[in-house]
Amino acid sequence: MSPSAAASKHDAASEHDSALLAHHFDDLGQQHEAAQLGMWAFLVSEVMFFGGLFLVYAVYRNMYPSAFHAASHELDVVLGGINTAVLICSSLTMALAIRAAQVGKQKSQVMHLVLTMVLGIAFLGIKAVEYSHKFEHHLVPGPTFDVAAFGADGPQARIFFSIYFAMTGLHAFHMIVGIGVMIWITKRAARGEFTPQQHNALEMTGLYWHFVDVVWIFLFPMLYLLGRHA
Amino acid sequence: MNTHVVPLKIYIAIFLALLVGTGVTVAAAYVDMGALNTVVALSIAVVKALLVILYFMHVRYSSRLTWVFVAAGFFWFLILVAFTFADYDTRGWS
Repeated sequence: MSPSAAASKHDAASEHDSALLAHHFDDLGQQHEAAQLGMWAFLVSEVMFFGGLFLVYAVYRNMYPSAFHAASHELDVVLGGINTAVLICSSLTMALAIRAAQVGKQKSQVMHLVLTMVLGIAFLGIKAVEYSHKFEHHLVPGPTFDVAAFGADGPQARIFFSIYFAMTGLHAFHMIVGIGVMIWITKRAARGEFTPQQHNALEMTGLYWHFVDVVWIFLFPMLYLLGRHA
Repeated sequence: MNTHVVPLKIYIAIFLALLVGTGVTVAAAYVDMGALNTVVALSIAVVKALLVILYFMHVRYSSRLTWVFVAAGFFWFLILVAFTFADYDTRGWS
């Protein structure tokens, strides 16, 4: 293609997509690919971020298996299980919100985003109930931690709860950020900004939300289930 | 735009598979399988995570470059775990 032909093709494309296409991209496909790749670069850094904590958990569990078993037994598997289901539901509603944008159904987009936020808040509510039980049962690391309840394993059980609060706390923080982003995204969806041609911001919010779900998919069995059969 | 619209049926199937996976992992945790308990729990978690990443996060329909980014991230984590345990598991003094 001659340079002038390429330029005129580019002009035609930018006329067509002017409101949707940032000036530094050739076309919407390229813009979408860049957004997706950039978001994954961020999510991969999150894998490394959470990965360090998962490694700490694995090393300590390997060192103190009996203490980790006993401490894990103190977690509420029913509430943890319900929360897992709640988060899976919220992942589905998020996927459906993006699908609604892809097929141009604006009301369905907004409705599914609101549902996703409601489910996210439900997760945090259940998490808050669990945390308050841990305070009542003196299972929060600190001066009130009931070391004697775990016999000789006391100090090591406290390490389990430090890791539990660090990991679930960080996970909950990610959910709060996600809900914050969704408030903004839902406003934009309500204004009809997301069309089948361009809905990158919505899609990237979805990637983030699903990633938070993936983290929980590992946290739940590792923290809650490992002490069950003992 | 070349985004792939995933059929509704696939989303529902993935959703149900994730719920069933959660049920199975809870049930399996109550059966004493010794060291296998951890293997079973982690295997189910990996399958569930793959379903979310490939379908809900559209990686299955994304470019090869995206695949490389995603795989590199998780592969790095495996290196981290492998080398750390190569150390901890071979310490004769602790």
